[in-house]
Parts: sequence; structure tokens; C-alpha cells
Amino acid sequence: MDTIDELLSRHQFFKGLKPEYLALIAGCARNVHFETGAYLAREGEASDRFFAIRGGTVAVETHIPSRSPVTLQTLNEGDILGWSWLFPPYVWQFDARAQSDIRATVFDGACLRTKCDADPVLGYDLMKRLARQVSSRLEATRHQLLDVYGPGPTG
Amino acid sequence: MAQVPPDSATLLPRPFRVARVRRELGDVRTLALEAFDGRGPMVFRPGQFTMVYVFGIGEVPLSISGDPAKPDVLVHTVRAVGAVTRAVCAAKKDDVLGVRGPYGEGWPVEAASGRDVVIMAGGLGLAPLRPLVRMILARRGAFGRVVVLVGARRPSSVLFSRDLAQWRARFDLDVRATVDAGDSTWNGDVGVITTLVPRVTFDPGKTTAFICGPEVMMRFAASDLVDQGVPPELIFLSLERNMKCAVGVCGRCQFGPAFVCKDGPVFSYARIAGSLRIREI
Amino acid sequence: MTEPVRVLYRHDFQHLLDALAHRGYRIIGPTVRDGAVVYDEIGAASDLPEGWTDRQDGGTYRLERRDDAALFGYTVGPHSWKKFLFPPRIRLWQADREPQGYTLRPESLAAAPYAFLGVRSCELHAMAIQDKVFMDTDPLYRAHRERAFLVAVNCGQAGGTCFCVSMKTGPRAESGFDLALTEILEDERHAFTIEAGTARGREVLRMLPTAEAGAVDLEAAERCTARAVQQMGRSMDTEGVPELLARNLDHPRWDEVASRCLACANCTLACPTCFCSTVEDTTDLTGDHAERWRSWDSCFTMDFSYLHGGSVRSSTKARYRQWLTHKLSTWHDQFGTSGCVGCGRCITWCPVAIDLTAEVAAIRDSEGGHGHDR
Repeated sequence: MDTIDELLSRHQFFKGLKPEYLALIAGCARNVHFETGAYLAREGEASDRFFAIRGGTVAVETHIPSRSPVTLQTLNEGDILGWSWLFPPYVWQFDARAQSDIRATVFDGACLRTKCDADPVLGYDLMKRLARQVSSRLEATRHQLLDVYGPGPTG
Repeated sequence: MAQVPPDSATLLPRPFRVARVRRELGDVRTLALEAFDGRGPMVFRPGQFTMVYVFGIGEVPLSISGDPAKPDVLVHTVRAVGAVTRAVCAAKKDDVLGVRGPYGEGWPVEAASGRDVVIMAGGLGLAPLRPLVRMILARRGAFGRVVVLVGARRPSSVLFSRDLAQWRARFDLDVRATVDAGDSTWNGDVGVITTLVPRVTFDPGKTTAFICGPEVMMRFAASDLVDQGVPPELIFLSLERNMKCAVGVCGRCQFGPAFVCKDGPVFSYARIAGSLRIREI
Repeated sequence: MTEPVRVLYRHDFQHLLDALAHRGYRIIGPTVRDGAVVYDEIGAASDLPEGWTDRQDGGTYRLERRDDAALFGYTVGPHSWKKFLFPPRIRLWQADREPQGYTLRPESLAAAPYAFLGVRSCELHAMAIQDKVFMDTDPLYRAHRERAFLVAVNCGQAGGTCFCVSMKTGPRAESGFDLALTEILEDERHAFTIEAGTARGREVLRMLPTAEAGAVDLEAAERCTARAVQQMGRSMDTEGVPELLARNLDHPRWDEVASRCLACANCTLACPTCFCSTVEDTTDLTGDHAERWRSWDSCFTMDFSYLHGGSVRSSTKARYRQWLTHKLSTWHDQFGTSGCVGCGRCITWCPVAIDLTAEVAAIRDSEGGHGHDR
């Protein structure tokens, strides 16, 4: 049975993070499972944690009255879910639903923030990784917005 | 909860004559109506709505979008999305429509007295907010800073551009508009309406907010204002649901324990935040 | 008011109907039709379901012959009195096109007053519940309701799906009636204890050939009630139900019941308190004459919550949840009472025998047991 830091060392998001840092943040983490259909996060709920997805597909969604829930993005093995834990008031902005059975490692936000405050080098490394994630998601979202497959300017 | 008039379940519409029709957008019209049954004008509060009847076709709830200080002309703004609204949009000068109302709890303007005001309007949500802006401007001194934020899908779908231009010309009002996707005609902001919030000045702890638009937009806008420090009990949203009676007896507009027609359509975010998150409630 | 209880003998029962007819009432009472005890206009005691009883359970209703000649030996059938106070389909007004618009003619409120014969205690409570919805808003309801003469009949047995005891709505009628009867059938003696609950009830009572009720009669009436209580097979634990349902809107039980529910709307049609409606505007072929009609509707239809191109509640789960949470939870917020009177009709008439007492119990027993990380 792999330890958490061993599992994390193989996770795309944490690639190259020094083993002693992996061990440090593993202290804020535990492994979790979700069955298909379960929610990892609900809009409006307290979000003081984030997930490193190790297996399965998570749908990030929002619901609109009179329409079926809109999936904005899907996340898979190697992705992370959640950065609302970084900024108060630590509230999820969207729903995250297990589209299949999920294996993940969940981190307690307060614990992580404490460790980053105590060791700014760790903090800076984690922030860089998160910033890259957020920026690539933003690019992807902008491309999605173009609605390039749509009917065109008259549609 | 608004008091419904007794015996209102007979649903009797009053005849109103169409005095003017303005084409706002391709599928949106503003109709100015005048009563002629001798029972006088329909006095209303900003945020209230009426049930408008097209003879033999049907009835639909419509927001009142005119000036509450000038009730002689009853103004509605409507988008053609179904049989009845298409018929309303096709009405011409001197046609007669049936109107009953006004219904609902309007915007609680007194909750903004002495405070900064933030108004956020998404798409057609500007229609029930325009009477509120008119009322605030008529008593401008009673409020602190007043901010009006408008979001639309694209430049050609910005509603009431003449009113917006007049409001922008004032020095005691901060008016911003943004679109979800711009084009070559647009030199303004592009982005969702919440992106405007950090760019305007108001004191969140001393602000009352009024939001209207698609429900998902209102959810995110309200959540964003709460993040900024606006008290949730002083953020007001206007909801929409299927309505047939508008007096709380047909049961169709229920939203959790509330009847949108008589307990709303305006609700404080504190009261409904939990229900807004329940899918298909 | 404590009025002396009287006794009306079976052979004099027709006098009650005659007295009501004499006073101009249209008598609505139970009668056998289409294999059920339904409520319809009656004239004679021979129209009543003499010697019939019903056998009810989840999804089951059968009439059976009794071995006695009881007039009211059944419990409740598919109809409730809302059929008359809140008619399934009525015209609200008519209008005719004029050069200058239209002229409107609302419906008149004139109608012969009803006398309802055979109102169960749960049904009295159901009427009181619908009064809160309609008395101040619907003049037609108010006109019928104020004029309606209510002859309650206390239950001497429990129906197969009843749970009025736990809902505190029966089996004995305590108030809200003009006259209340309890049918006594013991040792070849067939009679009714009869008491008045209002001044006009007293007036009608005085017109009838009655005798003073003795201790034997009163004890026999109490035995009827006790029998109904003792036979009651279901109950609803009402403790904290409104809050229980309000905090479990995402409970997996809703998905489970949705896998059984057909969204057929039988429960809402049979329920004596359901009040939802739709409005239809029609016109004739010339387009110059229009009418507005109101008819019963159900929160189970796709149309009910239609908005912006779709239904807000498109899943069966959402619609079942709306019905049950309205009935047992949000009704309290809206009207100050439960919407349920424990009559059991929704259980009997559900084709798949969904039992709301079981659904509430299931949620209570497994609270908090949603999918969560472990």
C-alpha cells in the first residue's frame, strides 16, 4: 500500500516537488473515494480543501432552472479540483460531481495555508503550480467562449 | 408578503389601450398602455408585475418597466418567446390588451435609504430595475453612491441604451456596461457582469444591492457581492417562475415555501440563498 | 356548546334527507358507482351504500359486501368534497370583442346550496385546510362553503390506509359540522346518535323524529370510535416532520421513490387538500368570444413548472419531492398547518402503492446518509 506522498509523487500536479515537501503536505491529506453520482463539492458550501484526482472523471457543473445541469469542464487523473481554499471566504463556486467512481487525495486548506505561511519556499512552489493550472484553465475557457462550432454571428 | 386583493381568484383583466410601441431589440418591445375603463391609472411600485392578457390567446406575467411617478402610462417591456408574448409584441397603437395587477412585493427602496446602492442588471433584467432607478433618481439625495452595472450578451442586445446614455451623463451616478462577447462596434468592456464590481466604488458594509437577470447570473452576482462584504439580507433578487393566477392559489410559482407571485418576486438573498442551490426545487 | 345528544332510528333516516331537501339543499352523499363509493347528488336513503364496505391498501381498492346493513360502513373513496367546493373545471368569465376593446361577464355565484352527507372527520379537517387557501381569494369557493350544510359521520372502523389518529384529525369529528352522526349497529338495533354543532344544525335536528340518547347509545358510539382507533394500521410520526424534510432535500431516498413513481398525478387528484390549478384562455371560431376556464392541475405535470423553454422540475424525483415537501413541510410555512389529514387516499390510489408514511420514516431513519467521502 503506497503512502500518500508516494501517490502524490506520481501525480501530474506535484511532479518534481521535493520529497521532503511531499511528506510535509501529505500531513494535510488523506485518500478518499467517491461513487459515481456523488458530489465532491457543492456551490455555496464551505470549500476549505482541494482534491488531487488520481482516477476517474469529475464534472464541474452549474445548474440553470429549466435546463439540465451544464457541465463546464471535466477533470481527470492528474488534475486538481479547487482553489477557493486559497482566498477567503473559502466558498465553492460550482458543483463538482463524480461522473465515474473517483479516487482522490483531499488536502485540508487551513493546514496547507499554515504550512505555506511557515515555509514560503514551499508556498511559492505550490502557488506557481496552481497559477499554471488556473491560467491554462482560463485559456481553455476563453476558447470555449468563442463558441466556434456555433451558427455564427447571426445565430 | 404582498396582500392579495380579496376575490382576486376570479382573474378579471382590465382593458388598457396601447398608446405607444417601441422596438427595443429584434424580439423585444416596450408597450405604453393607458387605462380607459374609468377606474384610473394602475399605481405600482418598482419591481411589481402585472398579468397581461391578449384577447382569446392567453395571459403572461410582465414586468412593469416604466416610471412609478407617472402611472398614467403603464409601461411593460416584453420579449417574444411564446404564443402570448409574440402576440403582445405584435400589438399596435390603439389595440386593447387586458391587464390585472399590480402584483408582488416590489424592490424595497427604503432598505437603501442613506446607503450606497448597487444595481446589477443582466439582459432583460434591466426592465424591472428601470422603475427603481427612476425612483432613486427622483429622490437622489436620500442615497449615497449609486452604481448601475449592466451586462448583456453582445453589443446589439444592450437594452434601454437611451436611458443608459442619459444616466451616464449624470455626475451623481456610476453606470457601466459589459458584454459577454464583443464585436468591432464595441469599444466597451467585455466580460461577465461580476468583472465590473471591483472597478466601481461603493462601501460594501453600507450598501444595498438590487439584482435582476437570469437566475444563474443573479446567483453568482449575489455571491460575489457577499464576498465583497455586502450584507446578504440587503441584497435583493427578482425571481421568475411559471404563473397562472399571480395571487397564490394556482400553486405553480412555488419556490420552496414561497409563492414567487405574492411573497416575491423580490426576495432577499439571505432568505433564498439555500433554496437557489437546490436543483429543480 | 354542549347540546344533548339525540338518537335517530334507521327507519326514520329518510326524514333527515327530506328535511334537508325541504330547506332547499342539494344533497351530496356517498353512493356506489363504478366499483367505488363516490360522492354524488342523492335523494333517498336507498341511494346510500347500504351494506357495503371497502377494502383498501397501497394501490388497492375493492368494495365488499358487509354482513350487516350499515349505511356508512365504508371509509373514504376516490372523491373528496373539494370536487364540489373547488370544482374540477369551471368558467371564470366570458368576454366579447367590442370595437373599443371587450366586455367582460364574470360568472354568477348563484347556485343551490349543498348539503354534504357523510363527511368524515379527516374531511372536515381537509375543508378547514382548503378554507385557508380559498376563503379570502375565491368568491365561488366562499359562497359554496358558507352555504354548505355539513352532516358528519363518525367512523366506526379504520380504512386500510388511514392514519388520522397520528395526524390528530380523527376518527371522531370534534367541530366544524352542522350535524354529526355515529352509526350504531348492535344486537339487531340500528340507529344513529345525532348531535348539532351549529344553530342551523339545531334547527334541522328539531325537524327530525329523535329520542333522547341514553347511556347505552353513548357507550355504543364510543365503542365505534374506539374500534376505528384500534384498527388503524398506519401512522405518521409527525414530530419535526417539516424541518426533517426541509433539511433533507438532497436525500437519496428521493431518487429511490422516483424510480417507482409514475408521475401519474392520482395522488393529487384524490387528495382532499391539493389545490393546484391551471387557467385556460379559449376563443370561439370567430375569435370574437373568449372565455377563461380554471381546472385542476397537478405539480406532477411537466407543464406545471414550465419556464423559458423547459420545466424547472423536469425529473420525476423533483416533482415527487415538491409534492411531498409541500404537503408535509412548506404547507406549514404557507398556511400554518400540515397539508395532510391522514385519509390515506394517496396510498390507496397510487398505482405503485407509494406510502408517504413509509417515505417519511425512511428519511428520518437514514438522515445524513448521503454519499460522502470515507
